[in-house]
Order: sequence, then structure tokens, then C-alpha cells
Amino acid sequence: MSQLQLTGIGREVRLPDGGVLPILTEVDLTVEAGEHVSIVGRSGSGKSTLLNVLGLLDSPTAGEYLLDGEPTDRLRGRRRARLRGECFGFVFQQFNLLPRRTAAENVAAPLLYARGREFLTRNRAAREVLERVGLGDRADQVPERLSGGEQQRVAIARALVRRPRVVLADEPTGALDVETGRAVMALLAEATAEQGTALVTITHDLAVAALADRQLRLEGGRLTPMAPVVAEVVP
Amino acid sequence: MSGLLGVLAEAWSEVRVHKARVVLSLVGVFLAVFAMTSVTGLGLIVAQVQQEQAERSGGRAATIGLSAYDPMTGMPPDAARWEAALGGLLNRYGITTYATVGYGEGLFRLPGGTQSLQVTEVSPSYGPLHRIQPVAGRWLREGDRTSLSPALVVNEYLLDLLGGGPLTAPRTVVLGGPQPVTATVVGVVRDGYPQPTVYRVDRSGMDTGAAPAANPLGYGPPTLELWVPDDQADAVISAVQSDLPLALPGLEVQAYRQDSPGLAETLDTLRLAVRGAGAVVLLLGGLGVFNVGMMAVRQRIREIGIRRSFGATSARVFGAIMLESVVATVLAGLAAVALAVVVVRNLPLVDWFNNGVPIADEPGFPVQAAVEGLVAAAGVGALAGLLPALLAVRVKVIDAIRF
Repeated sequence: MSQLQLTGIGREVRLPDGGVLPILTEVDLTVEAGEHVSIVGRSGSGKSTLLNVLGLLDSPTAGEYLLDGEPTDRLRGRRRARLRGECFGFVFQQFNLLPRRTAAENVAAPLLYARGREFLTRNRAAREVLERVGLGDRADQVPERLSGGEQQRVAIARALVRRPRVVLADEPTGALDVETGRAVMALLAEATAEQGTALVTITHDLAVAALADRQLRLEGGRLTPMAPVVAEVVP
Repeated sequence: MSGLLGVLAEAWSEVRVHKARVVLSLVGVFLAVFAMTSVTGLGLIVAQVQQEQAERSGGRAATIGLSAYDPMTGMPPDAARWEAALGGLLNRYGITTYATVGYGEGLFRLPGGTQSLQVTEVSPSYGPLHRIQPVAGRWLREGDRTSLSPALVVNEYLLDLLGGGPLTAPRTVVLGGPQPVTATVVGVVRDGYPQPTVYRVDRSGMDTGAAPAANPLGYGPPTLELWVPDDQADAVISAVQSDLPLALPGLEVQAYRQDSPGLAETLDTLRLAVRGAGAVVLLLGGLGVFNVGMMAVRQRIREIGIRRSFGATSARVFGAIMLESVVATVLAGLAAVALAVVVVRNLPLVDWFNNGVPIADEPGFPVQAAVEGLVAAAGVGALAGLLPALLAVRVKVIDAIRF
């Protein structure tokens, strides 16, 4: 059973003039446990919409989305939010760290919505993950005092702290210079692989896409396989 | 349990991180609750002062004054006839609380020379009926009626004329006349008047020349004051007006309410006005909190979106923002009420509003005002947090993250 399985997924938006704009059309996608998939596409091709659908932030207007074999179309409100928190970790292009909270507080933030032991041990767990991403000594710094690369590593730690089944990364290197971007991407790939978490990366950077086990192209709202890209060796 | 702790942790984190904004919004609530609570507290104390002043003068609600006089001469009935008529009346209507008041003059041998002073002859029950509480010594009592030395209660002005100083022990004064007698000052009242006031127990057993000479033409006839339930006052007046003339033929009988029947309504109106003003002040403070809350939510839209991506439910987002608002305003309310209590308790209200006369039933700081202040603070917090919380819940996660 695939971790994520999308069949014939469509997403349309209604325009103010009454027309309909298709963003995703007949998208089929499966993601297996621990797999690293990258989706490449130009701006406006629907990459972020696809990621939002995958992460239960948005709902498709057509097709079927199975999460661990369970249909997601009837998920509402609380259950949907809970599954989102438990199953997915997000890494955003602009890091989206909570301002004026320390790195440790940012990483612990998703555990505020966990329960029991996971909730109670959130601060220790946050520091452990920060150690793993090499920021143990920066745990008490606020994002404003961290470099872009460090901020994205905090965001990666935050995405991993609840040990999600899938990490969804939306242009994770988009706000970083090439060298830092590669280092961050390597870290993300390594950290997810280490804990057996699937990774879906959306990017327009072929070098980033090349790190994935499988590359797909999204064009005009349609997802198609892409010829394998050879990954450059990360120094 | 984790959920509740999570909401608290989240709200605390918000308060800690956004100290400046929280304090800014709380200043408004703090000032509003402080103003409302202080004004309400002051208003209730002033109303109490007004009520006590009115009761000192006219008696408690409902006090009915009875008097009679000969329309031809203006003289009151002789004592035996008057007492017989009143005794029958009190028995007939089962009235147990009443006071007698008569006015006259007495010669007081003061250190500065003998002075003729007005004396109010009263029954001991006059004190409780008129809320008179001595600031030193005691009020008149039944035993004083048979005392060989007439018991007097004087005001501080007269005490000063008698030599001043605190009344730590009974003080004597000679009442002049054909048979001078030494009277004992047993208590001192503070009435704020710059002229002597003397209360003497009626029928003191010293029915001699030293007893005050009644002067009905100068001060009016003796009066019997009846204390009856407020709702029965009118019925008692009509009954007395028809019954008493039968017992006192040829005399003009007067029965009238001495207290201020409209005072309760007036004070209610005053309290309502004070509370209304307080509510307006609080509303303005609440608008401040609301504004800051709305701005804060708009500034935090991205943060809310990020939290939703962590799995925060709508209820959780709503609860955290409401809790932040309510907890913050309640804390501000508590601080404001505490300050209002300290300020109001330490203001010289008695000097300002009551000529220095102590309030008999001093309400301290009205608990009602404190409770109202806290409830209002929580209410303002809930109302001010409601719209921002609803706004936060309605934020579309995708838009919020990109905000």
C-alpha cells in the first residue's frame, strides 16, 4: 500500500467572471514510504497547489486521494487538521519560522498540537532534532539572528520533529544561494532517509530535483514522468 | 488535558513574545476598568453618604412624623393628653419602633460664660432611627431617663466650648435655671455644624427648672416619629390622620413622611448614571483592545497559517486567541481593581462628601464595584477577542502561509 496515492486529481478555481481555471488536471501520483520524489515545474504550473493537496491544506475538486489507503475526501475540520499534523512536515521556501521565538521554540511548536508524552517532552525533542541538523549550539537564537541556511535547517528540524510519514518541501532552496541550497537539500534528504520519512520536493532547480529517487514534471497542471537527472556530487 | 495545556502554553508564548502589544492593549483595559471601578466605587460610597445624610436629617425610610397643635394658640396639647392619644395609637397599629422629639432651650454654664442653647429632647430610639453614632462616648439609653444627672450628647463644636480635648470620660456641665443641675456629657457626635448641638434624653427624671424650657412657638411642637415599612407608609398616614383627631378633638393633627421618599429612586438613578458612565468608559477601553486585537491578528495571519500546517484545528486557533484576550484583560482587570481599591480606600471621601462625619455603614470598597470591574474586564476580553478569533479561524491556510 502506497503512503500517498493520487488518482485523477483535479483542482479548479472559480474566477470572478464566473469562468473556471483548471490548475491540476488528472494528476496521478504515488509516493511510497521513505521514497524521495521531486516535482519540477515552472512558476504557475500548479506545483504549490499539488503540494497543498498532498499536505491536506487544500482539497481537490476531482479525483481520489488516499492517505495510507484511506480516502481523504471526507476528512473534515479537526480530523483533517490532526492528520496533517501527525502525517506531514512542511518545509517552505521562505522558512516561515515563527518570529521572535528561539530556534528550539520553533522546532517545538508542532509538538504543541501533539498529545501525551510527545507534548510533554517537546522541548527536549526539539533540542535533539536541532542537534541532528547541526544547530545544537544555536537552539536559543531567534530566527532574526540566524543566516538563511540556518533558518532553513531550523525549518527542516521543525518538519521532522513529529517524525512525520511525509515531508513536503516547497522550493526549499529557493531563498538560498546555490552552495547553501545544496547543503540544506543534502541535509533534508539525509535526515528524512535516516528516519524513513518520505520526501516530496517541489522545485524548479534541476540540481535539487536530481537528489530525488524519482523526478516528475508538472506542466499545465498535468504530471508526467521526467527523464532521470544526474545528481551533482555535493561537496 | 494536553490540548488545554497546549492552548495555555500557546497563549503564554504569545503574551511573552508580544509583550509590547499585550501591554499596549492592556493599558487601555487597565485604565478603563480602573476608571469604571473607581467611579462605581466612589458613586456607591457617595450614594451611601447621601442616604445617611438624608436619614440623619429625616430618619430612615419610612419615618412618619406626628404632631398636633391648637390652631387658635399654636400651642401643643399638654403632655398627658398627647401621650394618652399616642399610646392608644401605637397599641392599635402595633407600631413598636418610634422616637419622640421635642425642642426647647437650656442655660449652659460654659467656661466662656452662660449661653442659652437649643436642646433637642429625644428618646433613646432617636439615635438608631436617625443613624446617629457618637464618635466618642455613647448615645443615650433607657437608663438615662432615670439618671439624676441628665445625660447629654453634644457635638464637637460644643465639646470645644466645654474645654475641648477628647472625651475619654464623662464630662459635666451645669444647666442653669431656678434649680441648677449638673448634666453629664456621655457622648459626642460629629455633625460638621459650626454651632452647638445638644441631645438630651426626654423625661430624664429631672423634671425641674433645669429641664429645657419647651418653646413650641419657636421650634415647633413635639413630634412622634414612627418607623414603618416603606410600603405601608401611606396607609399609616391616612389611618393616623383619621384616628388621631378623634383622640385629640379641637387640635390640628399633622402626619407626614419625614424621610425622603424619593431618595431611593434618586439614588438608584444616580447609581445607574454612574454605572452607565463606567460602561461607556469600559466600552472605549474595549474598543482599544478590539482594535489592537484585530491588528494583531492581521499581523499574525502568516503565523496562524503556519500553525494550521502543524495541525492546529480551528477550535484551537479560536481558543488560543480568545484565551489570550480574556486572560490578558482579566489580569489587567485584577490589577485595575486592586489599584482602584487602594485609591478609593485612601481618598478622604468622608471629608469631601460628608463634612468629616463618619459613614455609619461604611461600605469600604464596594464589592459590587470590584466584581463588576472583573466581570466587565472578562466580558470586554471575550468580546474584543471574539472578532479577531473569528477572523483568525476564517483565514485560508494556503493564503495565510503566503501572506
